[in-house]
Amino acid sequence: MALETRDLPAAAVPARPARPTGTGRGAARATRVSSTVVTLGVVSLLTDISSEAVAAVLPLYITTALGLTTLAYGFVDGLMQGATAIVRVAGGWAADRGDHPKWVAAAGYGLSMVTRALLFFAPGFAGVTTAVALDRVGKGVRTAPRDAMITASSNPRNLGRAFGVHRTLDTVGAALGPLLAFVVLWLLPDGYSTVFVISFGAAVLGFAVLVLLVPDMRPRGAAWLLKHRTRVERGLPKCKGCTCDLPGGLEATGRPFSWRLVVAPQMRRVLLAAGLLALLTVGDGFVYLSLQARDGFATEWFPLLYVGTNAVYMTLATPVGRLADRLGRAKVFVWGHAALFGAYALAGLVSGTASTFAALALLGTFYAATDGVLAALAGRIAAPSVRASAIGTAQTVQAVARMGSSALFGVLWYSMGRQPAILAVAAVLAVALPVCWVLVRPIDRSTSAEDEVAV
Amino acid sequence: MRGLPRRVVVLVVVVVVVVAGVAAYAVDAVRQHRADVAGAPTVASTDLAQVLAGPHVVFRSTLPGAQYGLVAAVPLDDPAGARAFTDVACDRVDVAADVVACLRTVRGVATKFETELYDATTWRQTASWPLPGIPSRTRLSDDGTLVGTTAFVTGHSYATVGFSTQDEIHSTADGTSYGNLEDWDLTVDGAPFTAVDRNIWGTTFVDDDTFYATAASFSAGKTWLMKGSISGRTLTSVTENAECPAVSPDRTKVAFKVVVDTVDGQSVWEVAVRDVATGEQTVIPSTRGLDDQVEWLDDDTLLYGLPRADEPGTTDVYAVDAAADARAEVFIPGAWSPSVVR
Repeated sequence: MALETRDLPAAAVPARPARPTGTGRGAARATRVSSTVVTLGVVSLLTDISSEAVAAVLPLYITTALGLTTLAYGFVDGLMQGATAIVRVAGGWAADRGDHPKWVAAAGYGLSMVTRALLFFAPGFAGVTTAVALDRVGKGVRTAPRDAMITASSNPRNLGRAFGVHRTLDTVGAALGPLLAFVVLWLLPDGYSTVFVISFGAAVLGFAVLVLLVPDMRPRGAAWLLKHRTRVERGLPKCKGCTCDLPGGLEATGRPFSWRLVVAPQMRRVLLAAGLLALLTVGDGFVYLSLQARDGFATEWFPLLYVGTNAVYMTLATPVGRLADRLGRAKVFVWGHAALFGAYALAGLVSGTASTFAALALLGTFYAATDGVLAALAGRIAAPSVRASAIGTAQTVQAVARMGSSALFGVLWYSMGRQPAILAVAAVLAVALPVCWVLVRPIDRSTSAEDEVAV
Repeated sequence: MRGLPRRVVVLVVVVVVVVAGVAAYAVDAVRQHRADVAGAPTVASTDLAQVLAGPHVVFRSTLPGAQYGLVAAVPLDDPAGARAFTDVACDRVDVAADVVACLRTVRGVATKFETELYDATTWRQTASWPLPGIPSRTRLSDDGTLVGTTAFVTGHSYATVGFSTQDEIHSTADGTSYGNLEDWDLTVDGAPFTAVDRNIWGTTFVDDDTFYATAASFSAGKTWLMKGSISGRTLTSVTENAECPAVSPDRTKVAFKVVVDTVDGQSVWEVAVRDVATGEQTVIPSTRGLDDQVEWLDDDTLLYGLPRADEPGTTDVYAVDAAADARAEVFIPGAWSPSVVR
């Protein structure tokens, strides 16, 4: 892994002409975040403006404009959360099998884009539920291939930072979307269709940036070419001009896809740790409700609590990503949950405005230290031929465990009461942290050793 | 090298087209909205004090124009006539014993929600406290000392699941909360009700201790009419499939909505009236499609709101006799959340 893998697909895969963004100056760029990562970040920013603008006004739209009960929507919403978890793995698998992660991601972004038009042209409850359902499917499909592309186009030493930069841009979009939507509703009390049009526009721009500017990477092909450096190894004729006796053609297949590779021994440790910790992640909603239960401030600003968490996440994603590169991604991922422990403890023990602020900051820190870092961790240790599937699997394990955790915590919440329930989870988390640390520690050692050798 | 400039050119064209298109749509929408507000026919209005002096109905006015969303009043004997506007905007409103309970959406960069109390003569605000979600239902006790409020609490992120309701009872004297009703002791069909996804909504007061409300569990797919006691902090089921109860003025009947059909995954309700003494239930088919907490005009007549199919945002209040073969008729056009003041 001595070269920047980002440069390889463009330079080495013969299917497409060489692109000017990646050739040469590999050493100088090794310390910078690849332009592909920034471009993917812009795609996510635009798409998040699009989706969060709609998500923010949907409850109001359903109740005030459509005059429907929101409870039916809540049911659909819950169902879809489960479906996307499975779609994530499928998206990763399709990206690995075809070795065209860009096209799988484009399908996911495209599907979400279409749902915005659906909201505009098919108002009514059926239109809304279909749009929400398809949008979630699109989000599920695109995530793993996109994260695989971030991994493939980054220097493995700076992977944490690359994901940090991407998640920062992503979160900027998530903050801008609702802001834009509420400004529109402020000017136009019933301007829901205007919000949908703006949302559609942002989705089209995100889709266009992806299709037009992101290179069609072939991570598996690139890895194969990296291993087979001579023309003979690659099965090419010995001289450049020859067109005779091409045995297998130029299509580089690399190691075939296999689920056994997805759950390789190191990956199993990551999945286990991520799953265990996600089981103890009860969802911000409960933390917010717990803060709200005692705190007048929190009630009044309930809609803004989420914005506060996001602001911290946005600010810290990149620096914490860098920290993960330096200290070890597994280490930062596991100990990032200490911030979650802190948020639980504050929500359970201390009341007052200062504690609300501190809990929000800790939640934001927790997301910064775990979301992008998990993708970086999984992407780094997975074989290139199964990278998207591995990232998708890790995210699915995490998402499913979190859903289960929310359901379980709901039971605790009602049977024990708010404060005891949240403190109980905090206590279990405190025990789980060192256990998970022991579980994943070997990964940091081996990957950092590999990176040293490589550079 | 030639591919890149062409891609950039295409992207620039896409950006220009999208931004121009979206901007044109938004500007046109703002212009249209201003024209609508300015050009809306003036709603016939009359003197407020005069209307408030006699028996009247207070409601949220939903006729288009500058006064959209404001609370208005009409005399009981001329409900479809000229209305008297207050300067208070509410999503849900109820009046009892000179107290006004008002649930309001405060639009802004971050939309907030509030419970507000007003004096029903001067329409000056006397108290307010934050509401944790979108306004849904509110009812005062007859003496105006208690107020029940229901809000839809929504997820605040793309990733959080769903909606839930939060039903609270407050004292109107000092705003003290008796707590979230779903934390009280619930009994359904004689057994403790512990469903995690339980929700409570739609309070209606019998007296200053006894009230009715709805309890639901989504996983069970059921709703119940619950009878509650504030002093005991208990809620006990009375019957199944009953939402948003309303007690009649003489306390002999409870009206609520019942699910009679499901179309495209969406429940279809009709009003049912239950005789408290006998438990006999009468469904009124002509109320089909409502989603409201009904209001009693008198001991035999119900009022409820219904959105106009062809005019989004505009609603009408209908009146219907509490009988199976009764026909519903428009009572106040362009109105929502009626509250009868006798």
